[in-house]
Amino acid sequence: MKKVLTLLFVISIVASCSSSDNGPDTTDNFDRSAMLVNWADNIIVPSYQAYKGELDELKTKSDGFIASPSVATLNELRTAWQEAYKKWQHVSMFEIGRAEALTLRNFTNIFPADASEIDQNIAQGNYNLTLPSTNDEQGFPALDYLLNGIASDDASIVNALNTTNHKNYLNDVVTRLRDLGTEVLNDWTTTYRDTFVNNNGSSASSAVNKLVNDFMFYYEKSLRAGKIGIPAGVFSNNTFNEKVEAFYKGDFSKALFLEALNAAQNFFNGKHYSSSTTGQSLKSYLDFLNTIKEGTDLSQLINNQFNGSRTSATNLENSFSQQVTTNNTLMLQTYDQLQMNVVLMKVDMFQALSIQVDFVDADGD
Amino acid sequence: MRLFDRSYFQKTTEAAPLAVFRILFGLMMLVSIIRFWSYGWIDKLYIQPNFSFSYYGFEFVKPLGEYTYLLFVVCALSAVGVMLGFRYRISIITFFISFTYIELMDKTTYLNHYYFISLVAFVMIFLPADSYLSFDAAKDETKRFQRVPQWTIDSIKLLLAIVYFYAGLAKLNSDWLVEAMPLKIWLPSKYDIPLLGDFLQEKWVHYAFSWGGALYDLTIPFLLINKKTRVYAFGAVVFFHVITRILFPIGMFPYIMIVSGLIFFDSSLHHKILNTISRLFRIQKPTFDNGLNMAINSGRRFSLYLLTGFFAIQLLLPFRHYLYPGELFWTEEGFRFSWRVMLMEKAGYANFKIVNKKTGDRFYVDNTDFLTPFQEKQMATQPDFILEYAHYLKKHFSSQGHENIGVYVESYVALNGRRSRPYINPEVDLTSFKESFKHKSWILPFNDEIKGL
Repeated sequence: MKKVLTLLFVISIVASCSSSDNGPDTTDNFDRSAMLVNWADNIIVPSYQAYKGELDELKTKSDGFIASPSVATLNELRTAWQEAYKKWQHVSMFEIGRAEALTLRNFTNIFPADASEIDQNIAQGNYNLTLPSTNDEQGFPALDYLLNGIASDDASIVNALNTTNHKNYLNDVVTRLRDLGTEVLNDWTTTYRDTFVNNNGSSASSAVNKLVNDFMFYYEKSLRAGKIGIPAGVFSNNTFNEKVEAFYKGDFSKALFLEALNAAQNFFNGKHYSSSTTGQSLKSYLDFLNTIKEGTDLSQLINNQFNGSRTSATNLENSFSQQVTTNNTLMLQTYDQLQMNVVLMKVDMFQALSIQVDFVDADGD
Repeated sequence: MRLFDRSYFQKTTEAAPLAVFRILFGLMMLVSIIRFWSYGWIDKLYIQPNFSFSYYGFEFVKPLGEYTYLLFVVCALSAVGVMLGFRYRISIITFFISFTYIELMDKTTYLNHYYFISLVAFVMIFLPADSYLSFDAAKDETKRFQRVPQWTIDSIKLLLAIVYFYAGLAKLNSDWLVEAMPLKIWLPSKYDIPLLGDFLQEKWVHYAFSWGGALYDLTIPFLLINKKTRVYAFGAVVFFHVITRILFPIGMFPYIMIVSGLIFFDSSLHHKILNTISRLFRIQKPTFDNGLNMAINSGRRFSLYLLTGFFAIQLLLPFRHYLYPGELFWTEEGFRFSWRVMLMEKAGYANFKIVNKKTGDRFYVDNTDFLTPFQEKQMATQPDFILEYAHYLKKHFSSQGHENIGVYVESYVALNGRRSRPYINPEVDLTSFKESFKHKSWILPFNDEIKGL
């Protein structure tokens, strides 16, 4: 017994000493902390700042319209809505931290909006937008309905919105949208940035692991399925021309899709939000691991596939709603391009990065 | 009996090692169950999922809803019974059945070490582990023996030796030895482990771990059996399992193996352990030292025959993959229950298509509607999971009123760092196949070779 214990002791001493004495240089290792810093400081926070800027503008224009409703103020409000909606595509994939706690995406961009519920809310003036059941009665899709779909032409839209109840609802939706975005940004700039960057381990709950899983979830569910797959009828027997993003605006769904696709690819490449500089990223991480594995150039394949999706989408009409009715085959082709990147990222990239799906015992068989 | 050396089977030895093994095994099982429960895994793995993947032939074994907790309580109580040697035979049989039932409920959670525990429990049903320092033997003098047949203790050793040696044999393949895969993928991802983290980025470390691991598995049983090398071998056991505990999420397994390794030691060590336990719990240990040899009666003889058959199966079962064509790691036909531990990094993606075979209408399935992320991960890389899930989807969508259903899958799998490639033939309606032990012809070829056993 004593002998065994002594041996254990000696082994543990030797093990701990030898590893600390001969620690190799860390300079040639991939620096995950640097990647987290790049993500937080150069991509996520600037994206939220830009988004918040447009939300403030949206609120200003909404106030302007409410104060003096006219076709001119309506158009200003619409422009602000479009700009904010585009910026949203750059933050939607980062559903982590406060955004995750708030389920930001669900309260911001669940489409199609439920027009009849919205009408009812306005008529009764009695609603609670914090309830999950009201996800499709607020956010950008609800504004889409109010600003573009509540009546047939601009003059009648202005007319329709010119009641106290309508103005209240418009203001409530805009204010909530702005407050939610602001809350998430403030959390990042006050405390969450450090929490995120310091959570640089390799466990399932580490920042890299979580954000990559979130990114993948967003890519599959929102980008691939939500914007293209569902309207194109990939998950059902028929197409749904009303289930496109910005349905009432009509000619805006392609612009939003391309914005989102670019944002996703930029995140993959670690491109800074407001410049062409790139930092540590999934791409450079894969390239680093490739030097160990001597495998195929996975990051190049993934980038090619992003580009392929974009090329395929250039043939689409500005209105996906039109596209699925006139020529759905082109939509399905774009879907297939997006789908191929699911395999490259979810299978090959996840394997290369050794991203864990879940915390549970597993011996790898 | 002529086949064996008769005198060996007449030999007796101190019962103390078996008693220590029983106590520590029971304790480890109790801790394992408490740990499993405390992580919320009963709910997460067995109660929340809408669907569970069954082993072929055990489709009737299903999670029991809220009663699953009761099953774990029964399992935990029987582990306590084993530990104390209280109604030992009933306890160990109950433990074996309840534990094995738990493992059979969903093969998503299959782990070699759970299988190992089921086997140990099965073997222990037939061993007189309660004859020394147990409640049963304290109460009933006729059950009290200081010495038991040598083969009873040796059968535990043999089981351990099989586990190690076969795990070593399985590592003798080109991916493991030549490519240092999958450790080359796994080790660098553990960059944040203090002291070791930077080391794990080094290529030579990947190879050292691969070759060292294979060498360890192949030699450790012999080094433990040999008296001269035993102490050092046990040191290696502790070192090896502590390292694996640090590097990989393998739960209680390292501790169970370390504790099990004690059985190779002489009875003097075990008497010391039991003395300590006796002092702590005020047990009159000398009453068990009655000098009696357990006689080999007809029941014992039956146990001996039964265990002989059991070990013959254990020696052969891991080689059953030779009956199947194709690459074992790719098809996984004959992969489980063969001590193939930590050999593969396999990731997959399976996109199921429901087709109305008359009209040609089709749509894709969102797997998250039916499976947990863990289930989806396991399903995507294993053909028997894919088949069972396809049948489940057919049943589900039929009940929703869909007709003439065919289920097709577009799937990709990446194995040990290779590029992902198509896995299942996307042209076949999976529901036209039934699960069986026959080769699954609809698995696409691997188009690469992994040389080895």
